[in-house]
Amino acid sequence: MTAVDAPLAVRPVAPVQSKLRRGLRRYGLPAIGALVIIAWIVVAAIAPLLSRYLPSTVDVAARLRPPSSTHWLGTDVLGRDVFTRLIYGTRISLTTGIVVVFAGALIGTLVGGIAAYARGRVEELIMRATDLVLCFPPIILAMAIAAALGIGTTNTIIAMLVVWWPKFARLARSLVIVQRSQEYVEAAIVMGLSPGRILLRHIIPNSIGPLIVLVTLDVGNAIITFAGLSFLGLGVIPPTPEWGSMVSEGRELIEQWWVAAFPGFAILTVVLGFNFLGDGIRDWLDPRSRRR
Amino acid sequence: MALLATLIIFLLANTVPGDPVLAQLGDLAASNKEFVAEWRGKWGLDLPLWQRYLIFLRQLLHGDLGISISSQRPVLQDIRDFAPATLELASISFLLSLIVGIPLGIIAAVRRDSWIDHLARLISLIGVSSPTFWLAFIMLAVFYGGLQIAPGPGRIDAIALPPHSVTGLYLIDSVLVGDWETFRDAAAHLILPSIVLAAATLGLITRTTRASMLESMQQDYVRVARAKGLRSRRIVIGHILPNALIPIVTLGGLAYANLLTGAVLTETIFSWPGLGRYTFRSAVTLDFPAIMGITLIVAIVYLIINLLIDISYALLDPRVVR
Repeated sequence: MTAVDAPLAVRPVAPVQSKLRRGLRRYGLPAIGALVIIAWIVVAAIAPLLSRYLPSTVDVAARLRPPSSTHWLGTDVLGRDVFTRLIYGTRISLTTGIVVVFAGALIGTLVGGIAAYARGRVEELIMRATDLVLCFPPIILAMAIAAALGIGTTNTIIAMLVVWWPKFARLARSLVIVQRSQEYVEAAIVMGLSPGRILLRHIIPNSIGPLIVLVTLDVGNAIITFAGLSFLGLGVIPPTPEWGSMVSEGRELIEQWWVAAFPGFAILTVVLGFNFLGDGIRDWLDPRSRRR
Repeated sequence: MALLATLIIFLLANTVPGDPVLAQLGDLAASNKEFVAEWRGKWGLDLPLWQRYLIFLRQLLHGDLGISISSQRPVLQDIRDFAPATLELASISFLLSLIVGIPLGIIAAVRRDSWIDHLARLISLIGVSSPTFWLAFIMLAVFYGGLQIAPGPGRIDAIALPPHSVTGLYLIDSVLVGDWETFRDAAAHLILPSIVLAAATLGLITRTTRASMLESMQQDYVRVARAKGLRSRRIVIGHILPNALIPIVTLGGLAYANLLTGAVLTETIFSWPGLGRYTFRSAVTLDFPAIMGITLIVAIVYLIINLLIDISYALLDPRVVR
C-alpha cells in the first residue's frame, strides 16, 4: 500500500556547493551594492574635506588639463577641477534620486491605498487618473512639464514626481486588495478602528515588502532620469555641479574625454549599486525567485 | 477614454504656467505689447480655453494636428519627416538586442549558475544601469575619436547626399536605387547609435528570457521529453522555448514601443534627425501643437503595438483563441 504513495519522480540532487560560494551568491552582489552606496553617501557628506578646490573656482589658465597629481580627474573648459565638481555633484544626484522615489512612493502608496480601501466610484476615478498618466511616455511628459515650469532643481523634481507616483499607486492598490480581506482587518473593523487608522497602521505595514523592492530598484532609475533631464538642460541651473550637466558640458570634447567620462561613470556606479541591492532584497523577500 | 485623453493632453499643454510667447519670441519682441497681442491672436491664444479645445478637437477629427509654432509647418508633416530616422534606428537596435539577448538568456537559463549565467546577469545589469547619454559619449570617444574606425554623428557623412526619398529609410532607399556607396555610409552611421540604444533593451530581454525559460523548464512536459530520451538541444529549442515565448514577446513589444518614442537622449548626442530630437525641441520651446501631436502619435504607437502583442499570443499559444 505504501509503495503507491511513494513519490514517482526522484527530486533532482542539488549541486554540491561550498557554504562560502552559496553565501557569496546570495549576499555578494547586494553587499557590494550597499557598500558602493554607503561610500557615495560618505563622499557626499565629507566632500569639502576631500578636495582643496571649490566646485565653482574658475581658473581659465588651467583649462582642459588632463588628469594629473594636482587635478586628479583633470579640469573642464573653465579650468574647474573635475574631481571636486564630481564629489560635490554626488549631493544633488543622490538627494534628487532619493527624494523623487520616496515622495513618489509616499504619494502613490497613499493614493493607491485609498483607492483600494474606498472601492466604488473613488477607486474608479483614482485608477483612471493613474492610467491616464501611465499612457504618456514618462520622459517626454517629464520633459514637457520641466520645460513649462522653468529650469531649476525643484521644478525638475516636481516634473518627475508627476510621472513617478502612478506605478506605486498601482502596486499599492493591488497589495491592499490582497490584505483587506484578511482576518486581522476584519478584527480591526470589529474593534471599531477608523478606516484611516486601519489603512495606515495595519494594512500598509503588512504589504510593505514589495514596495521596498520597487523603491530600491527605482532610486537608480530616478538618478538616471534626473541626470538625463539635466543633460538636456532641463535640470540644475548651470554653475551647480551635477553629473548629468557635467557630461553635457564635456560632450563635444572627445579629445578631452575626462570632462564627460568620469561624471558619467559615477552615475553608472551609483545606479549599479542600487540595482545590485534591489535585486538582493527582491531575492530575499520573494522565496519563489530565491529557489531559482 | 480616447476623448478624455485628448482633453488631458490639451489641458496639460495649455494650462501649465509657461508662456509660449516668451519661449518663442525672445525678450525684445515680447516687450512690444502690440506685437504680442497680434501674435497671440494669430495662434488663437486669446480665445477662452474651451473654445480652443473645441477647435483642437474639430481639427483632430479631420486628421489635422495643427501647425507647429516653431517650424511654422503642419505638425503631421513634421512628424512624417522625422519619423523614418527614428524608425530606422529603433528597428535596427531592437533587432540587435533580440539577436544577442534571446540566445544569451537561453544559455544563461540552461547553464544556470555557470560563469556564463553570471556574465549574462552582469551584462544586463550594466546595460540597464548605464546612462545612455554617457554610453553614447564613450562610444564616440573610443571608436570615432580614438580608434577612428567609426563615423561621427549624423545619418550619413556631412558632405554626402541622402538617397532619393521613397520610404525615408536610408538603408531601404539606397538599396532601391542601387546606390551601395550610400548604403554602406548609412549602415556605418547606424552602428554606434544602435548599439547605445540597444544596451538597456538587451538587458531587459536577456533577463526576461532567462526567467521565462527557467519557469517553463520546471513543467512536467519537459520531464516527459527527457524521459523519452530526446536530446537536450531538441528539448530546449523545441519544447521549452516555444512555451517561454509569451513573456518575451510582451516585454519585447513594449521595449520596441519605448525605443520608438524614447530615443531623445541618443538622438541628441548623435545629431540624429528623428522624433526624439523633434520632441525635445518642441518641449523646450513650449510648442504646444507639436507636443500634443507627438503625444497623440505616441499613444497610437503604443495602442498598435499592444494590439500586435495580443494577436501574437494567439499565434504563439493556440489555447488562447478558445
